[in-house]
Amino acid sequence: MLGVAEIRNAERELHQFQVRVGIAAMAVLIAFGLLAARFFLLQVVRHDVYQAKAEENRISIVPVPPNRGLILDRNGVVIARNYSAYTLEIAPHKVKNIEATIDELAQIVDIQPRDRARFRKLLAETRNADSLPIRTRLSDEEVAKFAANRYRFEGVDIKARLFRQYPYGDVASHLIGYMGRINEADQARLEDEGVDANYRGTDFIGKAGIEASYQNELHGNTGFEQVEIDAAGRGIRTLSRTPSQPGNNVALTIDLKLQQVAENAFGERRGALVAIEPSTGSVLALVSRPGFDPNLFVDGIDPQSWQELNQSPDRPLNDRAIAGVYPPGSTFKPFLALAALENGKRRPSSTIFDPGYFDFGGRRFRDDKKGGHGTVDLYRSIVESCDTYYYQVANDMGIDAIAHFMGPIGLGSRTGIDINGEASGVLPSPEWKMKRFRRPEQQKWYAGETISIGIGQGYNAYTPIQLAEALATVVNGGAMYRPHLVSHIDNLRTGGRKEFAPELVRTVRLKPENVEFIKRAMAGVIEEGTAARAFAGAEYTAGGKTGTAQVIAIKQNEKYDEKRVAEQFRDHSLFIAFAPVESPKIALAVVVENGGFGARAAAPLARAVLDYFMLGKLPPGMEAAPAPEDNGADEDESD
Amino acid sequence: MATMDSALPLRRIALRLTEGIDSTLLVLTLTLSMIGLAALYSASYDTPSRVASQVANLGLAFCAMWIVAQVPPQTLMRFALPAYLIGLALLVAVALAGDVVNGARRWLHVGVTRFQPSEMMKLAVPMMLAWYFHKRESGVLLRHYALGAILLVVPVAFIARQPDLGTAALVAAAGFYVIFFAGINWKVLAWLGGLAVAGLFPLWGLLHDYQRKRILTLLDPTTDPLGAGYHIIQSTIAVGSGGLAGKGWLNGTQAHLEFIPERHTDFIFAVFSEEFGLIGNCVLLVLYALLVGRGLMIAANAPTVFARLLAGSISLMFFTYAFVNMGMVSGILPVVGVPLPFLSYGGTALLTLFIATGILMSVHRHRKLVQT
Repeated sequence: MLGVAEIRNAERELHQFQVRVGIAAMAVLIAFGLLAARFFLLQVVRHDVYQAKAEENRISIVPVPPNRGLILDRNGVVIARNYSAYTLEIAPHKVKNIEATIDELAQIVDIQPRDRARFRKLLAETRNADSLPIRTRLSDEEVAKFAANRYRFEGVDIKARLFRQYPYGDVASHLIGYMGRINEADQARLEDEGVDANYRGTDFIGKAGIEASYQNELHGNTGFEQVEIDAAGRGIRTLSRTPSQPGNNVALTIDLKLQQVAENAFGERRGALVAIEPSTGSVLALVSRPGFDPNLFVDGIDPQSWQELNQSPDRPLNDRAIAGVYPPGSTFKPFLALAALENGKRRPSSTIFDPGYFDFGGRRFRDDKKGGHGTVDLYRSIVESCDTYYYQVANDMGIDAIAHFMGPIGLGSRTGIDINGEASGVLPSPEWKMKRFRRPEQQKWYAGETISIGIGQGYNAYTPIQLAEALATVVNGGAMYRPHLVSHIDNLRTGGRKEFAPELVRTVRLKPENVEFIKRAMAGVIEEGTAARAFAGAEYTAGGKTGTAQVIAIKQNEKYDEKRVAEQFRDHSLFIAFAPVESPKIALAVVVENGGFGARAAAPLARAVLDYFMLGKLPPGMEAAPAPEDNGADEDESD
Repeated sequence: MATMDSALPLRRIALRLTEGIDSTLLVLTLTLSMIGLAALYSASYDTPSRVASQVANLGLAFCAMWIVAQVPPQTLMRFALPAYLIGLALLVAVALAGDVVNGARRWLHVGVTRFQPSEMMKLAVPMMLAWYFHKRESGVLLRHYALGAILLVVPVAFIARQPDLGTAALVAAAGFYVIFFAGINWKVLAWLGGLAVAGLFPLWGLLHDYQRKRILTLLDPTTDPLGAGYHIIQSTIAVGSGGLAGKGWLNGTQAHLEFIPERHTDFIFAVFSEEFGLIGNCVLLVLYALLVGRGLMIAANAPTVFARLLAGSISLMFFTYAFVNMGMVSGILPVVGVPLPFLSYGGTALLTLFIATGILMSVHRHRKLVQT
């Protein structure tokens, strides 16, 4: 039962509601009146204007894609350029039977099964595409032949398009990266950044390496043409033109010749080399072998080539220089020696007697050298690479102190180099183990694990660029510069140049006398130690350290292949080096996968690189290095 | 009426089927749908299958309307809270694990199909608020409005974050109408309006670049002829060139030369307007005005607070859709993803609209029931 007051209240509310309904109705009428007025304005008052526009609106706005910027090395050598070529393209929504059309086209121009496969792949991947290429790089003869038969093919046309070209083929392929068709994920990202309009008419985008990370600089600005079209939408004449603006040229810190020397030195072997200028962080060479030919990706890689690249046991697409993770082996020792000096756990004169093993917790850790090195001080421990010395150092320092020193010099974290895909590696510590493993008994850190950390084994795992960066930081006295691949970017339109100043990441506090000691000891490695033979007769001063990293046995379920397995069991060969000793201009790290002893495979490779860098001396066989083949296509360096 | 005839089984079935169906609403929505099919046919010269699939969508949506019309508002009210909570949970799920299409995270995978929970909130939010104020009918205090506002802002914020500004604005409007009809004080309303205007400035910073660009482009479409401005320029030309009587059905050149973007969905009004001119536009405006008017009338006569608030909100929702869509196509409002009610191609939007119509019919049918 409702009280009288409440009924009144309800009545009042209803009345209030009805008033508001009336107000709403008025608002609706006013709003619709506004629309009607707008319609009247457009359709009656300005009708003539829009009528004329609609007549003219046989004007289509056609985007003019910009020329992509070039990529050059530090000496101005062009590594990536553009050329224009004719492509035969099919507009899928205008063609009823695509397969039949392709069959007919095949009678006029050469169409291979891999062209068809690529076309099908494109068709499946891209939605709402205006037109897709069935053949690229048509010859003049083919263009003429098709032009004569064009009337037979509705929705098929020849277009002139710009393509990327890498004159040096697979040289520096990982750092340059490659181009690919804009896919849905790219499209979504472009829309999110609000730049999708600037990509109208552009089909390709950088997918990896410099091509991807400097995409915005390289791309340029899309122009547009107003084209009069007929009722079928075909262009008749161009009415106005806002030209496109070419992308900026990106100049690398890489010395292409040095890169080539290094890649040649690898031959057929797998591995990586990273060379950095310690005082700036400029990357002088960034090698990952085997490479791949980025030209394959230029007009959409065909499925067969893609499969070959992807399924090759050598994994050519992996960028070993920044994403390959390797135990550092004995190249870890100079860093650990420095840590011990800085922590006061060792002095240069600290000696031990090495019987050839180190007993700890009921386990015997053996030295590489049977019978041991005898009495060894810190200098000899590096020059001769004495394992026992570092078992003891690691044990005396403890894992926390080791991790605490190695982290800041860059081991076990991404360097932040300006291309994507860097791996972080593993700097072992009790905290890392806690996070890495699930089961409590696995999470615990055992003191015995610290011992093998001392010689760069155990959980230690770093990328070649981290090793090079750590060495650069040490020989630079503790100032760590972020490694970078781009020295400057040139804007061709304004003539402006954007220089990339060295970026100081941090300054690790190191005592100069300790740094000097480590540099001397590493010079000793080259003069009288494990790398003496590889550097016999060198006409410059250098420091180095060999390393040999054990390869973890292959997994049980992996396919058995006698020849490969035998090779895969071989140790990785490592070498780190810098030169000249007095004021280092280069710090590098080399890994040769399954190369055996560091002194045997990696050190001679570093020698070849340093010989060229320090003396300009080319290795035999490279003096007459062939210039890149020029395929005669039009080169488009600027708009 | 004729009680004797009702003995005839066929007649009885017919009566049973049409029971609760408001003929005015039925005629209006069906007329609008037919106009929509005609415009769609013209827009789909290259994809004729769209007309057939829209007919199927219409059939499905019509059935949904009929079912909802049979459900009394009291029963609907019981769905308000669960529908709201489920919708909110789904929005959270979208934010965490939704599919990204065109850079926006709006879709949720449900078995084989995808589903936009924000669409469901277009009705769930006004239902929830209507229910909430219904429960406070003995006296709505200011703090009740404040809580109501929170019930509204949370889902709107989730939808805006997807980002889907169009739907967020529509849901916000639907909720606001409920609060308005619930009788919020004019003074408070004026304050809120002031706050909203002041809030626009920080909001500008939260917008995505492309959203800002759309608004800026509205001011001067010619600055971006390749991107957002293109839509506005082309649709305005289509509307203007239609003239007084239009170019005639299937004779629009703008749509047929593919100048009109999204010509099946959000920009179908441009196709219609080009071919039917100012006269056609006015007919359309009158139809929408009648639809909204009929809805408001039903609201004014509704028996319960819940029913009248919901009916009022739905009526104004129809108005908002129509106004925003036509305003955007004719270049006085920014381009946001709002379909033209009953005309735009798309099953989900039709379903929502017909369910909303069904709710109005249900409210109308049960107008005489006195609340116990």
